[in-house]
Amino acid sequence: MTAEAQSAPLSSRDLTATKRAQRPLALTWRRFCRHRLALASAVFLVLLVAVAVLAPWITPYDPNATDLNLARFGRPAAPSLSHPMGSDQLGRDWLSRLIAGSRVSLVVGFLATGVAIVAGTLLGAIAGYAGRWVDTAIMRVCDLMLAFPPLLFLMGALTGIRSPTVGIIALVIAVIGWMNVARLVRAEFLTLRTREFTIAARAVGASTPSIIFRHLLPNAVGPIIVAATLGIPAAILTESTLSFLGFGIQPPTASWGNMLQGSFNYMRDYRAWWMGFYPGLLISLTVLAFNFLGDGLRDALDPYAHR
Amino acid sequence: MAGFIIRRLLWMLPLLLGVSIICFAMLKRAPGDPVAAMLAESRSTGQNLTLADRERLRHQLGLDRPAYLQYVDWLGQVAHGNLGMSTRMNQPVADVIMQRLPNTMKLAGVALVLTLVIALPLGVLSAIRQYSLLDYFLTTFNFIGISIPQFWLGLMLLYFFGVTLGWFPVRGMSSPYVEPGFWNQAKDTVLHYALPVASITLVSLAGYTRYQRAAMLEVIRQDYIRTARAKGLRERAVILGHAWRNSLIPIITLLGYVLVILVEGSIVVENIFSWPGMGQLAAQSLSQRDYPVVMAIVLLSATLILVGTLISDILYAIVDPRVRYD
Repeated sequence: MTAEAQSAPLSSRDLTATKRAQRPLALTWRRFCRHRLALASAVFLVLLVAVAVLAPWITPYDPNATDLNLARFGRPAAPSLSHPMGSDQLGRDWLSRLIAGSRVSLVVGFLATGVAIVAGTLLGAIAGYAGRWVDTAIMRVCDLMLAFPPLLFLMGALTGIRSPTVGIIALVIAVIGWMNVARLVRAEFLTLRTREFTIAARAVGASTPSIIFRHLLPNAVGPIIVAATLGIPAAILTESTLSFLGFGIQPPTASWGNMLQGSFNYMRDYRAWWMGFYPGLLISLTVLAFNFLGDGLRDALDPYAHR
Repeated sequence: MAGFIIRRLLWMLPLLLGVSIICFAMLKRAPGDPVAAMLAESRSTGQNLTLADRERLRHQLGLDRPAYLQYVDWLGQVAHGNLGMSTRMNQPVADVIMQRLPNTMKLAGVALVLTLVIALPLGVLSAIRQYSLLDYFLTTFNFIGISIPQFWLGLMLLYFFGVTLGWFPVRGMSSPYVEPGFWNQAKDTVLHYALPVASITLVSLAGYTRYQRAAMLEVIRQDYIRTARAKGLRERAVILGHAWRNSLIPIITLLGYVLVILVEGSIVVENIFSWPGMGQLAAQSLSQRDYPVVMAIVLLSATLILVGTLISDILYAIVDPRVRYD
C-alpha cells in the first residue's frame, strides 16, 4: 500500500459498492450467472413455461381435432409445411399436441414436486428437530415407503382408474417422492439444532414452531431448492413413464408420455418416426435443462460442495 | 457393527409386512378381480363363464371372504413358505416367477457388466485429464444420458436399428427357428440381446461415469496422492494403485442398489422389447388382477431393495475403515 492510497479517504460510493457485492443473494446470483449452461437452461425453461401457459392460444390446430383427410386410412402424415411435426394416425397435429402436452407434463412435474417438497420438509424438520421417538417413527415410515418398488407402487395405485386426473397422478408421484427431501431436511436440522443460535432462541423462550420455521428452516433452504429443481425432472420422467405404460394421463388428452405410448406400432408399420421422436426429444431437453439448472444452483448456493 | 446388521435385519420383517399390507390394499381397491379377468378371457375364446361358474371360482379363490381375512390367509401361507397359486396360469407362483426371473437377471447382468467395464475406465480418464476434450465430451454425454428417458432411447434404438436398418430383431430373447449349431445360436442370442442391453447400458453408463469421475477428482486432490508422487512412484502406479482404489468407495456402495434396479427398470424395457422377464410378468399380472403373483413380485422387490441397501451400507463400512456404525 502506497502512501497515496493510504491517505485518500474511501468515498461513500466505494463503501456502497463493497456492501452490495457482499450481500449473500447477490453473491449467489453472480456465481450462478457464471454457469453459462445453467443460465441458458433457465432461459429455455422460462420459454417452455411461457409456451405451456399460452398453450390454448398458440397451438396452430386444436390438439384433439382429428383430420381424416390428412391421415388417410389411418396413416400418420409426415412432417410438412402445414404440419411441421407431422400428425398421428387420426390426423391430429403433432406440434399442437406437443404444446398441449407440455402443459400437462409441466403441471404434473411442478405439482408433484411441490407436494413432495412441502410434505418432506415438514416431516424432515419435525424429525430432525424433535428427535427421539418422533424421529424414529417418521424415519420408519420413510423406510417403509423407500422399500416399496416405486414403479410398481405407482402402477398399483393408478391401476383401474380409467382416467386419472393431473392432480391424482401428481399426488401419487409425490407419495413416493417425499422421502428424499425428508432425509435431506432431517440431516440439515440435526446439525443446525446444535448451533448456538438455536440454543439462544430456545433460551429466549421461542416456541418450537417458531424455532423450526423462523430460525432453522431459512438456513436449510439451499439443499431444499436444489432438491426441488432436481425433483421436477424426476417427476416429469416418472409421469411420462407412467403414461407410456398406460397408467397415467389417458388419450385424447395429450401428454408427452402417452404420445409415445401408441407411437411404436405406427413407427413400425408406417415409418412414422416423428411420432416417437419429438415427444421424447422434448422430455429429454426439459429434463436436461432442469438438470443443468439444478447443477448450477447447487454450485451457486454452496460452492464448496463436491464438483 | 454386528448389532447394526442385526437391527437392520430385524426391521426388515415389519417393513415387509407394511409393504405387503399396502400392496394388498391397493389391489383390493382396484376394480375387478381375477374372476373378472377370467371372464373377459373366456368371452374372447367364445365360451362364457356362467354366473354360477363365477361364484364357484370366487369361492374357490377365497374372494368372497372379507378383505382382511384374505390378507391373513395369504400371510399365513407365506409364513409357511407357500406363495400361492397364480390365478392366471394355474401354476405355483414360485414356479411362474422362477421361469421369468433368470431372463431379467440375464438382461440386467449383461447390462451391468458392460456398464462397469466401460464406465469406470472412462470416468477415471475423464478425471485425470480434466478439462480436456475427452472430459468435456464425456461430461456432456453424461448429462444427456441422465436426461434421456430410458424408454425413449429403447424405442428410438428399436426403430432405427431394428425397423429401419433391420440389423436387429425387435422382440423376444430368441428367434422361433434358429439353425442348429453353436455359432448360429450364439449369433442369434447376441442379436436379440443387443438392443435391450444397449438401451439400458447407455443410460446407466452416464450415472456410473459421473460418479467415478467425481470420486476420482476428489481423491486425486488428497495429500496422500501427493505423497505417492513425491515418493517417486510412476504416475500409473499412483493412479491405479492408490487413487483408483479409494475412488471406488462410492461405486461399491452403488452396487448394493443394483439389486433394486434389477426388477424395477426392467418393467419398461421388457415392455418395449417383449422380453419375457419379471417386468413383463408384473405388468401382465397387475392388469389381470393375478393377486398372488403381484404380491409375490412386490414382496420380492421390496426384499431386494432392503437387502440391497443393507449390503450397500455394509460394504461402505468394510471398504472405508473410517466409517463406524454404532
